[in-house]
Amino acid sequence: MNDLLLTGLLILIKLGMVLAVLLSMAAYLVLAERKILGRMQRRYGPNRVGFGGMLQPLADLIKLLTKEDFIPAQADKWLFMLAPGLAAVTALLAFAVVPFAPPLEIFGRQLPMVVCDLNVGILYFFGLSSLAVYGVALGGWASNSKYALLGALRAMGQMLSYELAMGLSIVPVILMARSFSLTEIVQAQASAPFALCNPVAFGIFFISALAESKRTPFDLPEAENELVAGYHTEYSGMRFGLFFVGEYLNLVVLGAIITSLFLGGWHGPFLPPIIWFLGKVLAVAFVFIWIRGTLPRLRYDQLMAFGWKILVPLALVNLLVTGGVLLWLGGAS
Amino acid sequence: MASLLFYLLAATALLATLLCITRRSPVHAVIFLINAFFALALMFYLLGAPLIAAWEVIVYAGAIMVLFLFVIMTLDLSPDSQRPALSRGQWAPVLLLFLLLLVSAGLILTFDPASQASVPLFYASPRSFGAALFDRYGLAVEIVSFQLLFAAVGAYYLGRRRKARQAEESS
Repeated sequence: MNDLLLTGLLILIKLGMVLAVLLSMAAYLVLAERKILGRMQRRYGPNRVGFGGMLQPLADLIKLLTKEDFIPAQADKWLFMLAPGLAAVTALLAFAVVPFAPPLEIFGRQLPMVVCDLNVGILYFFGLSSLAVYGVALGGWASNSKYALLGALRAMGQMLSYELAMGLSIVPVILMARSFSLTEIVQAQASAPFALCNPVAFGIFFISALAESKRTPFDLPEAENELVAGYHTEYSGMRFGLFFVGEYLNLVVLGAIITSLFLGGWHGPFLPPIIWFLGKVLAVAFVFIWIRGTLPRLRYDQLMAFGWKILVPLALVNLLVTGGVLLWLGGAS
Repeated sequence: MASLLFYLLAATALLATLLCITRRSPVHAVIFLINAFFALALMFYLLGAPLIAAWEVIVYAGAIMVLFLFVIMTLDLSPDSQRPALSRGQWAPVLLLFLLLLVSAGLILTFDPASQASVPLFYASPRSFGAALFDRYGLAVEIVSFQLLFAAVGAYYLGRRRKARQAEESS
């Protein structure tokens, strides 16, 4: 009984730490994005609150919480209230299958450093990322506003199209690791990360991840100069905050997924595994921010043509070639 | 515990489906349908088939329903634009389908296929499931995929012809 209690306590501590680290990372990524973008545009970025602006996320939170929570008169009330939660929760849940360190030995028992090691882990991530569309779509529809609806429609089309390329681009990874479980995929990269073995799949996945998270150059669902703010035009206060948090959580989670699938997860020399993992995630997030500071937005037809005419066929060819090479090497006997 | 969860999920699925076919607003109907698919996916997981549960969520709840929602949103079907009740002629197919459902449910209950299952319940680990699907039932999978390909090509062809005709009419 005591044993069971201790195990339960350890799991609870693990969950609490994951949640705290994930949420604070999302909050500080907002600050990091503003600061890095500021530096790229030769200005300072937020630097007034706390030392060098370090308390800015707290100030943002207080601002969002104290604003009026406004619901438009003609809006579909329940869906309008539910949608932001859906956007944030799907991003948060997706992290559950990401292994962030090798199993830890504590009080004589193995504690796996992953919230839940599903044997269909990568499919679980895909299921949640396809559900993330609903938060955006329903939020945009329920607002009963033209701009929000247009933003929602764009987001749906975009996310559905790029999910296909994303799904096809990870099939070679699954072929190479011979498992759906992210833990086993990370373990299969002990000698070399899959980004080096299969750079094409890495490139396709990276671009699709950029489109899935609706970031520049794929940020058409919230293109400011045509759609005001896209699907979250009518949102205010903490409901808007939830959309916002969901977006940055998504950034962390996508960084973690890219790290586990292609960059070798927590593997790395000299430093402890958790440092390697966090460093890789933050590096991916930095590249995302860098791209936002560099590239202009695509046109919608360009976005669709790029997804369907270039990425999907390329992913299919890559799948065929990887399968052929693995068969030739005798790896997939 | 598992059976309690099963009945909870089954009740959710039935209730969601019922709500789905009685809602006036098509968007609400789609949301309840997604709910039903979710309950179904969890039931698959409960039966020891995580792979099928994942596909249920990805394909049905995540992709097909998004397409449904997309079409509904672009069409802007308001609740008042639909006919409120079925006319007399439309009841016949409803009754026919209901009878079919009743007969098939009766058949399933009398034959009880679960007891005659040739594979154990906890069979569907991703690897063995994939091996069985593409090895034992490979031909069936190929036939189904060819049918889907024909359907896609056919839909594409129909879409093309209509576009060409419109171009002729406008010129």
